[in-house]
Amino acid sequence: MSRPLLDVKDLDVRFGPLHAVRGVSFSVAPGETLGVVGESGSGKSTTMLAVLGLHPKRQANVAADRLEFDGEDLLSKSDGQMRDLRGRRVGLIFQDPLAALNPLMTVGKQIGEVLIRHRGLDKQSARGEAVKLLERTGVPDPMRRASQFPHQFSGGMRQRVMIAIALAGRPDLLIADEPTTALDVTVQAEIVRLIRDIQQANGMGLVWITHDLALMARVADRVMVMYAGAVVEEAPVDRLYAMPRHPYTAGLLGSIARLDQPRGKRARAIAGTPPAMDQPISGCAFAPRCPVRFDKCAAAPPLVSLDEGVRAACWRLTGEQA
Amino acid sequence: MSALSSRFLLRNSVGIIGATIILTAVAIAVFAPLIAPVTASQIDLRARLAPPFFVDGGSIKHLMGTDNLGRDIFSRLIYGSRISLAVGTAAALLGAVIGSLMGILAGYFGGKVDGVISWFVDVQLAFPFTLLAIFLLGTLGGGFYAVVIVLALATWVNYARVVRAQVLTVKVQDYVLAARAVGVGTPRTLWRYIFANSTAPIIVVASFSTAQAILTQAALSFLGVGIDPSIPSWGAMLNDGRDYLQKAWWIATFPGLAIALTVLGVNLFGDWLRDRLDPRSAR
Repeated sequence: MSRPLLDVKDLDVRFGPLHAVRGVSFSVAPGETLGVVGESGSGKSTTMLAVLGLHPKRQANVAADRLEFDGEDLLSKSDGQMRDLRGRRVGLIFQDPLAALNPLMTVGKQIGEVLIRHRGLDKQSARGEAVKLLERTGVPDPMRRASQFPHQFSGGMRQRVMIAIALAGRPDLLIADEPTTALDVTVQAEIVRLIRDIQQANGMGLVWITHDLALMARVADRVMVMYAGAVVEEAPVDRLYAMPRHPYTAGLLGSIARLDQPRGKRARAIAGTPPAMDQPISGCAFAPRCPVRFDKCAAAPPLVSLDEGVRAACWRLTGEQA
Repeated sequence: MSALSSRFLLRNSVGIIGATIILTAVAIAVFAPLIAPVTASQIDLRARLAPPFFVDGGSIKHLMGTDNLGRDIFSRLIYGSRISLAVGTAAALLGAVIGSLMGILAGYFGGKVDGVISWFVDVQLAFPFTLLAIFLLGTLGGGFYAVVIVLALATWVNYARVVRAQVLTVKVQDYVLAARAVGVGTPRTLWRYIFANSTAPIIVVASFSTAQAILTQAALSFLGVGIDPSIPSWGAMLNDGRDYLQKAWWIATFPGLAIALTVLGVNLFGDWLRDRLDPRSAR
């Protein structure tokens, strides 16, 4: 395998007593799509914002054994160097495109912001390029639309604008933080197709955060499952769905409502709630909710490689049954 | 009149009324010597406390009556607009600049910066302003510019508090994070993303700060530390008329109306401007 685009080892993020991300390791190769799933508060977004250096330095304590983008150490970069990287080499798409667009700037200007900052265009050519980007992301009548404000766009069109902004710097890595969650289902499919098409055309690395497991199965090459700020399982997408190893992953897949199953066998919720993140967690974080816990779960299980490309953190899988 | 222009008038009526009031007031101040029947300080002792023309005993000679020294209220009102408008506008603007800047810094940077600025705001609000003004003007000496600076010091806290509160809510919006996520620098983020979305309350504060400045300027003149009290101003006239409220209500009433009308004009215009600046409100 070639050198990974993004290589993270043992990432920790703390906000005072709140230990939001606990020793997360992962990597993304060029052209690859890494899916990240987990429930709200499991640290998915926090992890990605930490990679981009977007947590306020005064509030967040970010530490890692390794945090490299394209072979460059991100933790030792200055604020200015990180600003050069963001938007230029790494693009970010947000969940709610209305909230993520400045209501007082035309969309053309907002796309132009990136072009002027990162590609050194002047105002005139930035506008022309912004129109081209809107056209590429499938916004009809891009000339006219470029001079409109975000509130004049529909949800799906706004997300296309966000994608145009994220692509403006021609990034090598695109981080999509639940890009379709705020959209209705028909629009979702279009946006998913758009992002995939662009990724294939550019050969970008893609990190796709979602809690929609059905969507994940369609978009990801590899899936990383997070629980309580840590990775509990990581596997190629077909392996994960065919044979989930970690009891939490199995629980997640079991909780999908499926219409092709008989009544009563449909969706099972995982009992209980995730642990409070401002408390130290001893042992396996999932143990209190786990249907197959045993006495060993009082100690924290390591994330171990099982088969080719499959990693999971559970004592049940290490062959040391009680 | 075409359909289009009558619709324009209807839609923008609030702004047009506000602008008309403001422009009229400014025109009166600029052309005061041409409009006023007599000079502001001309004394007519035979016509002391003459009522306005529409009251029994009044005459066309003194449209709005005269004060206790027999000075023509109408003329004084016209000349008084000069000081009052200049002081009110200058103080409100200067206060807006200082206060907005402080509010942005406090709201955006938080922590120690916020602590220090908010401490100053609290101290100023707790400290009797008149005492501070006497002290400052005693040190600086009086005069127009000193008064404007002192009045700006009186109003900046109003701006600082509302801007700080607004910035606190705006800075956690996704679009601010999104701007940083594409590498927009801090000064530009502050200006185009945070300040641009925090301006609405500034206009509201500006309209009542203008009134506050006009009145406080008069109080300072009354105390003898501000602008020479012999120069007529609306605030000073209001003060003079207070003692005669029972006998000659017109001395205080007309400058009071002038202040109220000016503030209304600023307010209407500000309201309209705020709507126009917000692209979300339909045109």
